[in-house]
Amino acid sequence: MNKKNILRDYLLAGLGIGLMIAALYMVFMYVPTDKHTGIVQRIFYFHVPVAWVAFLAFFITFIYSILYLWKRNMKLDAIASASAEIGVIFTTLVLITGPIWAKPIWGIWWTWDARLTTSLVLWVIYIAYLLVRSFTGEPGRSARYSAVVGIIGFIDVPIVFLTVNLWRTQHPTAIIFEGGLTTPMLITLMVCIAAFTVLYIILTIQDARLKNMESEVRRLNNRLV
Amino acid sequence: MNNITKKITVIFWKDILTELRTKQVITSVLVFAILVMVIFNFAFGTGGETAELAAPGILWVAITFGGVLGFNRIFSLEKENSRLEGLMLCPVDRTVLYWGKLAGGFTFVLAVAIVVTPVCLALFNLPLVLPELVLVVILAISGFAVVGTLFSAIAVNTRARDIMLPILMLPVVIPVIIAAVNATSEIMAGGSWGDISIWLQIIITFDFIYAVIATLVFEFVVEE
Repeated sequence: MNKKNILRDYLLAGLGIGLMIAALYMVFMYVPTDKHTGIVQRIFYFHVPVAWVAFLAFFITFIYSILYLWKRNMKLDAIASASAEIGVIFTTLVLITGPIWAKPIWGIWWTWDARLTTSLVLWVIYIAYLLVRSFTGEPGRSARYSAVVGIIGFIDVPIVFLTVNLWRTQHPTAIIFEGGLTTPMLITLMVCIAAFTVLYIILTIQDARLKNMESEVRRLNNRLV
Repeated sequence: MNNITKKITVIFWKDILTELRTKQVITSVLVFAILVMVIFNFAFGTGGETAELAAPGILWVAITFGGVLGFNRIFSLEKENSRLEGLMLCPVDRTVLYWGKLAGGFTFVLAVAIVVTPVCLALFNLPLVLPELVLVVILAISGFAVVGTLFSAIAVNTRARDIMLPILMLPVVIPVIIAAVNATSEIMAGGSWGDISIWLQIIITFDFIYAVIATLVFEFVVEE
């Protein structure tokens, strides 16, 4: 690993820690409690950034899957799969924090609304993505198969969303865009989104590096044997 | 163009001929689909009022699960005696291979649906001839076929190959299932073309998008 990369990693880590502390301070100390829904609304500053990262992660997987099939560089596959793993973890967090928020507000844990259903379907698709990887032996083949699943799966997102939207919907959609948030709330949300995005970038870079090392070890091992 | 159609037909006909001689796929899928309907009848305790609510769901669960089973077979049969390698040696484009296999899988699952649908309607004492339903069934099975053929080629080359296809295919075809179930309940309740047109549009969009994408990416699946 060269010096430039080490410097970049330290800078990213510093930025991430700084933003995360700022986000925590803002969520618990700075931002006022929501008038209508009370203290539970604060989970919003965790739930929305995590959901954003989940979708971003799958989008990155989609882009790097296409790039892998085009360029055939295993490093591209490492980024695609690292991003998918992190996406699954963040979608899991979305699916856990969502019901915690929904129960006191809507009175129910779960509803088959467009956003909820799409998140659940995404989660299942990318678990399938990871399963295909682990059930396919040879690295080149598993990279190709998972790239295909990554592409097909991501294209499904708007179709699922549209379909379920026609069917039924309940999620608090446009509050963010209709000016339902006060300025402090919006600033807090932005800082939280920035913090989680940096966290995502750090995790993806490290995970992809680990995967590159693994394939390097495999290559050297094959040479020895 | 004509040449391509001819090549697709040859691969399609090979599958049909194998099926006519062995009758493996259609028989097993048909029995399975009918069993699914019977089991669901017990599970829901359907009788009287609940029948019309449950009928569209039960029909589509039967067709979907039967479809997964059917598409699994179209490539797993090729695994025996290295037939897949033989097929790859054919001097045809990979795209031709995909559409040939797709036509075969589509035909088998449609053949099953042609039997299963009237059986379902009869079990629930609904009118047996519903022309709108025929269109919904054809379009939805096209959607299953487009995705199922692609994923079937992936699934046969993985460990745990029998479980891999449903895991890959079911989440992706969820829009088709939702649209098909909703259209079917509209039809069973005596709705007009206008009531189901939005669901038909969704299935057609799905079929079209995935037909294009799957055609493009299939060559990466069957590379070696």
